[in-house]
Amino acid sequence: MKVTLQNLTKKFPNRNKKVKGDVIAVDDVSLEIPDGTLVGLLGPSGCGKSTTLNLLSGLLQPTEGKIFFGDDDVTRLPPEHRGVGLVFQNYALYPHRTVMGNICFPLENLKGEQKLTKQQMQEKALEVAKLVQIDGLMERKPNELSGGQQQRVAIARALVKMPRLLLLDEPLSNLDARLRLQTREEIRRIQRSTGITTIFVTHDQEEAMSISDLIIVMKDGAIHQVGKPQEIYDDPIDLFVATFLGTPPIHVFDANVKGEKLYIGGKAVLDVPGVADQDITAAIRPEGFELDENGAFEAELDRVEVMGRDVSVVCRHENCQADAIRAIIPSDAQVDTAKATVRFDLKPGKVYLFHKETGKRIRVEG
Amino acid sequence: MENQNRKGWLYLLPAALFLGVFLVYPLIDVLIYSFEENFNFASQEGTGVGLYNFSYVLHDPYFLQAVKNTFILVFITVPLSTGIALLISLGLSSIKKLRNAFQTIYFLPYVTNTLAVGLVFMILFKKTPYTDGFANQIINFFGGSSVDFIDGPYWAKMFVLCFYTVWVVMPFKVLILTSALASVNDTYYQAARVDGTSRSGIFFKVTLPMISPSLFYLVITGFIGAFKAYSDAVALFGTNLNVAEMNTIVGYVYDMLYGDSGGYPSYASAAAIILFTIVLTITCINLLVSKKHVHYS
Repeated sequence: MKVTLQNLTKKFPNRNKKVKGDVIAVDDVSLEIPDGTLVGLLGPSGCGKSTTLNLLSGLLQPTEGKIFFGDDDVTRLPPEHRGVGLVFQNYALYPHRTVMGNICFPLENLKGEQKLTKQQMQEKALEVAKLVQIDGLMERKPNELSGGQQQRVAIARALVKMPRLLLLDEPLSNLDARLRLQTREEIRRIQRSTGITTIFVTHDQEEAMSISDLIIVMKDGAIHQVGKPQEIYDDPIDLFVATFLGTPPIHVFDANVKGEKLYIGGKAVLDVPGVADQDITAAIRPEGFELDENGAFEAELDRVEVMGRDVSVVCRHENCQADAIRAIIPSDAQVDTAKATVRFDLKPGKVYLFHKETGKRIRVEG
Repeated sequence: MENQNRKGWLYLLPAALFLGVFLVYPLIDVLIYSFEENFNFASQEGTGVGLYNFSYVLHDPYFLQAVKNTFILVFITVPLSTGIALLISLGLSSIKKLRNAFQTIYFLPYVTNTLAVGLVFMILFKKTPYTDGFANQIINFFGGSSVDFIDGPYWAKMFVLCFYTVWVVMPFKVLILTSALASVNDTYYQAARVDGTSRSGIFFKVTLPMISPSLFYLVITGFIGAFKAYSDAVALFGTNLNVAEMNTIVGYVYDMLYGDSGGYPSYASAAAIILFTIVLTITCINLLVSKKHVHYS
């Protein structure tokens, strides 16, 4: 099912009496989510992503704007009539019910023609339990399960009534690092096999990048960029998106353009055809550095960290906004650690220019 | 290891000593008294061991009246006060404005002295040459005739006693239940709402199981507390409870020891043992029922 948001705005009354006006959690968001996709709603904490999720689930009512599921306007529809499955960050499993009881819970509330017998409910519950691979734990109580298992039960409970839309709020944040990797693959697999349009909220860009078909980057209640993970990484629309995505993070420099050349620290480091003379912010991905003895970009060498697959050269540059630059280069490259400085060539595709004040991307021709 | 053990016993000694002298010894003593026949308090001697004390107590009309009163009191006030407290707590947790003010008001009876509250109830219910009391004024307003709640018919007196008891135990229950309700994570309610649970469904399937440990605690302590009722009756009807037909089991025990007809520690002990047996039985039943319906997370 396709999901459409139209000029969605959510304001909360301000609790702080000294500040006038409402808190705008979601600010005029318009968006279209194609049918059957796994969408990562990504942003720093407080950016309005959870509010957006709650607006979709119907737990919150928007101040302005509309929400469409397919062609149906569901804006004023209460949560129970929207056909959404919601997985909470803390899973919200009922501690007094067994796994079976928890998964059956949504089915018990069906009324009229949809009403199921106890046996039908248990069959359906077992079916989804098999899908998320917890069918051996049906008689356990939630406190007898590990975090990963609880997570699966929560997903099974959300899936059992065959929702039109599955919403996951920070689904991996309560799991340890290893389980997180495993579970995100699991979410991907479950989403593929059910084909249900799924939206998950996360503040972890790696999580979003790794499994999403589509990433929505939000900040301060507004959408900054929507796109496929690789597209967003390769072609960020503004400085925020560029810095938010990627580990190690992108390096940001105070720079200027003169005569279609990019100057960092007074040295011309790259040709930037079509860019007018101005002070700008330049950002270089860690993999955008190429070791070259005659390279135009010179930095003060700190140390070299060998990571097996590749090498990260830690160095310093006075125009960099961060303390250290981490250049990632192939492990076969030889860095002369005896020297005080190291020289790089910059890969044009990995260097992005942004407007100094607005942070908007300035595109280079060619 | 041996040394460790000795240390452990040493730490336990003060508490064990106190409990032994002031709890275990009197308990055993009461049990002995209750089986000693014709015990003379002055000479500290009895004529033998047997069940005569129990037989006497169980055939004493005053005791049977006290048992009847106590049972009526227990089985009316405990469910009623717990139910009303639950309603009040649900109300309190669903309002936002003036919540603290209401909480304070509901808690006031808890910090008020029993006898002072008794006085208030006198004003409400007592018939004097000058006034019929506030309750009667209301009855008169609706066209009924005055009832003497303090010295009148049995049911009227029992009504006042139950009303008083419910009112006195309410604040504590409201306090416990509001905090129990507040500790239920909001996401459970949100999850239930997304899954289309009706309001009553949410109450019975989510709220009630979640607060069941607190509820069970209140029922158990409520039963025990109500079985031990005595001072409330005194506050309302004075010390001569047998005449007022308002005596309770604990009141009967007290009367047997110190009252006008007092000086019979054997009968008092027998009555106390009977009360103990009743409370134990009821508590065991409660525990058995709770196993199925109370969920500890």
